[in-house]
Amino acid sequence: MREAITSLPGNPLQRIPGVAVTLVLLVAVFGSVAPGFLSPANITNVLVQSTVLMMLALPMTLIIMTEGLDLSMGAVLTFTSLVVAIVSLATGSMLLGLGAAILAGAVFGTVNGWLVATLGIPPFVATLGTLGTAQGLSLIISDGQSVVGIPHSVRDIYSATVAGVPVPVVIALVSYAAFHILLYHTRFGTYIFALGGNREALKYAGLASNRLLIAVYATGGMMAGVAGLLMTARMNSGHPTAGLGLEFDAIAAVAVGGTSFERGNGWLFGTALGVIAVGVLRNGLNLMALPSSIQVASVGLLVIVALFFDGLRSRS
Amino acid sequence: MTDLAKQALAPPRSLVSGDALQILYRLLAALLICVVLSFLSDSFLSLGNILNVLRQASLMFFIASGLTLVVLTAGLDLSVGANVALSACLAGTVIQQTGSPTLGVLTGLATGGIIGLLNGMMVTALRIPSFIATYGMLWVLNGLTYWYMAGETIHGFPPGFRQIGSGYLFGLPIPVYLLLIFLAVGTIFAQRTTWGQEIYATGANPVAARLSGIPIARRLLLVYGVSGTMAGMASIVFLARLNSAEADIGESLTLPAIAAVLIGGTSLFGGVGTVFGTFVGALILTLVLNGMNLLSVNASWQPIVTGVIVVLAVWVDMKTRRRTS
Repeated sequence: MREAITSLPGNPLQRIPGVAVTLVLLVAVFGSVAPGFLSPANITNVLVQSTVLMMLALPMTLIIMTEGLDLSMGAVLTFTSLVVAIVSLATGSMLLGLGAAILAGAVFGTVNGWLVATLGIPPFVATLGTLGTAQGLSLIISDGQSVVGIPHSVRDIYSATVAGVPVPVVIALVSYAAFHILLYHTRFGTYIFALGGNREALKYAGLASNRLLIAVYATGGMMAGVAGLLMTARMNSGHPTAGLGLEFDAIAAVAVGGTSFERGNGWLFGTALGVIAVGVLRNGLNLMALPSSIQVASVGLLVIVALFFDGLRSRS
Repeated sequence: MTDLAKQALAPPRSLVSGDALQILYRLLAALLICVVLSFLSDSFLSLGNILNVLRQASLMFFIASGLTLVVLTAGLDLSVGANVALSACLAGTVIQQTGSPTLGVLTGLATGGIIGLLNGMMVTALRIPSFIATYGMLWVLNGLTYWYMAGETIHGFPPGFRQIGSGYLFGLPIPVYLLLIFLAVGTIFAQRTTWGQEIYATGANPVAARLSGIPIARRLLLVYGVSGTMAGMASIVFLARLNSAEADIGESLTLPAIAAVLIGGTSLFGGVGTVFGTFVGALILTLVLNGMNLLSVNASWQPIVTGVIVVLAVWVDMKTRRRTS
């Protein structure tokens, strides 16, 4: 009984220090050593570049809260960004490209959810399988080549502004608001907390936990579709390795943001801060002219450190 | 009815044990694939192709055999491919700088082993779930390897060293002999030594294992260390076979290695499986990929097929498990 009480999700405010300290430290370090880091142009750049990651990290938070994981997100993003490029090139319509990408992402997400929920396959293996599938399909539909010559309407998504705010940032803010409402102000959100914390209770309450879980993974796929549009707009082309490893940045953002891998409690605002922390880390190392390989290794270290502290917290 | 009563009432055990039967099924599946492929492609049964399949299966087995021990403890090592890449690049550098293959081999094995031990420490001392810890390690290693190589390729090794990967002895490729050695050592270690049995026990029921005095942390450290060392071993054979080292050689190795372990009947939930099963799994997967190659299927289908096989293998394992329990 005592175990049940101590394992209840704690006050989320207790977690502010972790991710906030990380972010402040990173900003302080890079502000002092990386030339031009604190310039307004660069800060805007960090925020705009973080938007793709935000699209993935928001649903990843929900998935990890259900004690799941989606390793296929980066590969699915690659696939959807190619879908955006190919469909918009063929039809000349940005919206048709976006629609097709969201649909393609939803199919992958639903398959992930079905494998995990209905067949009961451990999430990291199920999504590792779909990772391979999405990678192969990306190579097949692109023939291993970049898709170039996409319409202006797609490119403009990345460079346009609304009242001075870049459109990608607007999309990220709207997505954050939507996920916040979904998680904290709807019944679906409450069920997500229950999926991670107490799945048995959901069953006894007569709820179809399988369908809820499939919906969570499908949401992840659809958001990978939206991210696919941003990615294609940013690179001004579709590329068969566009999303390589991005799922790891998303996992890093969620882990740094204080969502636990084992106890089914998550914190959406922490994830948003975590996304910015990962963006700051990559941008700062970039400004110091360190190669992207060092950035990748640093994100890996960031995750391991974050999980170490998560483990410490869960033991205390 | 208690489990004990159930056992007493169960029909007498057949001559062939369940494990052996599972492996027999898999060998029959491999044979069936061979028969189908020999009808579909003329070149399948050529000596050159068969030796090629055996060599490919050996390379896959080196990585998968160490991974089998990890999966037996209900863990997973996603860093093996990236481990092979870094170990190969470091070993290649040492061979070129010193001219000594022996030092190179030692470097490869040591690099792999140290990475494995670091994985083990993250899982035991830091208590990070193994699939996340080793996934983090994957990206750390990838970053280090690309940074270290900076887009360069190390090329050209002494002929004696290259024999390890491309040489023949009595008509069989050298890697096949290495395969037989490691198959024997792995099987004896897992089935016939106390440490091996303790690894099974740790995976089957960690609580019971701890209560019966098994030093779980040390066994886990051993298992991840062995997995890393075998990745280092594989890196040497790859280096000798390719006669060059590049930062990206490990990228397509992890998924097939996991597939080989799972096809071979080792359960993701720990405690069930054999090293020999993994060998058969590696053989089956190699045959499938070789067949796709011979039938000139676009190589992009390989990760798709491997991914589907991984999911299918886990699903079949769970189905059979549910029925028996």
